[in-house]
Amino acid sequence: METTFLTCIMCPIGCNLKVEHEGKNVISVTGNTCPRGKVYGTNEIGNPMRVVTSSVLVEGSKNGSVLVSCKTAGDIPKAKIKDAALALKGVKVKAPVHIGDVLVRNVADTGVDIIATRNVE
Amino acid sequence: MLNYDLVIIGGGPAGMAAAVSAKDSGIDSILILERDDKLGGILNQCIHNGFGLHHFKEELTGPEYAQRYIDMVKERGIEYRLDCMVLEISPERLITATNKKDGIFQVQAGAIVLAMGCRERTRGSLNIPGYRPAGIYTAGTAQKLVNIDGLMPGKRIVVLGSGDVGLIMARRMTLEGAEVLAVAEIMPKSGGLQRNIVQCLNDFGIPLLLSTTVVDIQGKERVEGVTLAKVDEKLKPIPGTETHYDCDCLLLSTGLIPENELTRNMGAEIDRKTRGPVVTKEFETTIPGVFAAGNVVSVHGLVDDVSKEALIAGKAAAEYIKARA
Ligand SMILES: Cc1cc2nc3c(=O)[nH]c(=O)nc-3n(C[C@H](O)[C@H](O)[C@H](O)COP(=O)(O)OP(=O)(O)OC[C@H]3O[C@@H](n4cnc5c(N)ncnc54)[C@H](O)[C@@H]3O)c2cc1C
Ligand code: SF4
Repeated sequence: METTFLTCIMCPIGCNLKVEHEGKNVISVTGNTCPRGKVYGTNEIGNPMRVVTSSVLVEGSKNGSVLVSCKTAGDIPKAKIKDAALALKGVKVKAPVHIGDVLVRNVADTGVDIIATRNVE
Repeated sequence: MLNYDLVIIGGGPAGMAAAVSAKDSGIDSILILERDDKLGGILNQCIHNGFGLHHFKEELTGPEYAQRYIDMVKERGIEYRLDCMVLEISPERLITATNKKDGIFQVQAGAIVLAMGCRERTRGSLNIPGYRPAGIYTAGTAQKLVNIDGLMPGKRIVVLGSGDVGLIMARRMTLEGAEVLAVAEIMPKSGGLQRNIVQCLNDFGIPLLLSTTVVDIQGKERVEGVTLAKVDEKLKPIPGTETHYDCDCLLLSTGLIPENELTRNMGAEIDRKTRGPVVTKEFETTIPGVFAAGNVVSVHGLVDDVSKEALIAGKAAAEYIKARA
């Protein structure tokens, strides 16, 4: 059995996690203060996942062309972060945009959508 | 002159939560004064995620967390004025503020909650003589440029200081296609959260150089390169350890300090360690009826804690007002 020490990155508290595993097979996660830490520790060993945040251009808002912040609607594999970010280059959407609106479907073939995280009228 | 039971200085998460809490404690005459063109404070430019996991039991980005409180403020019909800079507050709680529409105006408040947040430390972060070519920005300015205005401050970047804003911007600019060559930290340990070192530097292979600082900046009009060197225990550069980096942008990220110009001028006692006002358990400053919450009191890593603290401050301000009615 192997032991890996990680810092949970799900929130600024940054709990120190101790993950016991055999290869990619996770046996236990300890040190987490909340359930998110367990999910993070388990994924990080087998298949590291991240939420990607960025912004895309919105045209026709009441302030003209502005940026709307956005994120992947769920975790995507860490290896796909750069592809997802690149796929957002040059994307333009039309106002109005509301929190949760899908801006890009299935970004970089991850099966995950990009959704808005700000309202633009 | 305007007259309100409660005036809140700053419309970030602390100011909004204090307003909501005071309203829910039975105070109707509330005004929030915010110098930016929207409510939300620093959250508007923090487009990354990791907010609200504790307070809302959901993982939100900065703007989403802000919107939750903006909605609560609006639902309750709490008044606010934007583009409105508070210039001065007297110990008798007379507030002088200015905005484009009304010019300079005054507001008498029954109680005040200070919620001005913090600002980036700039003085002393770059202790080198010589030119200050274009291309040197604080990390917070870069964050605003990239995330709000859609402008990239450079293509090849060196970051001096490992404060959280700098770490977050190292990742952000990498994802925008820039190359972040290194993050140099003069101290033997990073001032940023381990979480940000993992997900902002390690994930992208960006080196964190500890006990290292900038000893020279090349370029007259625009940054053309920087020289980094190791420092000894006295933080003095060690000759012979210089490394040159070709870059067009230097970001400074040497931490945050509470914004307390107004507080100090009012005569409230400031804690030397936190650089924020001395407060009671109810977040009342040394001036009766003047409360403070959030990053103006001390720099908080977790916005959830800011909201919690501001709820207490808002309620205490409401009690103060009711006791005098
Ligand atoms: C880079 C960075 C990353 C962060 N990441 C996270 C994270 O992942 N998760 C998390 O939970 N927390 C995070 N935080 C912490 C969190 O964002 C802050 O603790 C929180 O926003 C502080 O709220 P506040 O209301 O005290 O201050 P602010 O949000 O700074 O609000 C202060 C407001 O007051 C206004 N103001 C100031 N002076 C005046 C004046 N004279 N007149 C009128 N208005 C004025 C300002 O314009 C501003 O809107 C992060 C902070 C930073 C800087
Ligand atoms: S385990 Fe929970 S509390 Fe600890 S860092 Fe992770 S998300 Fe935050």
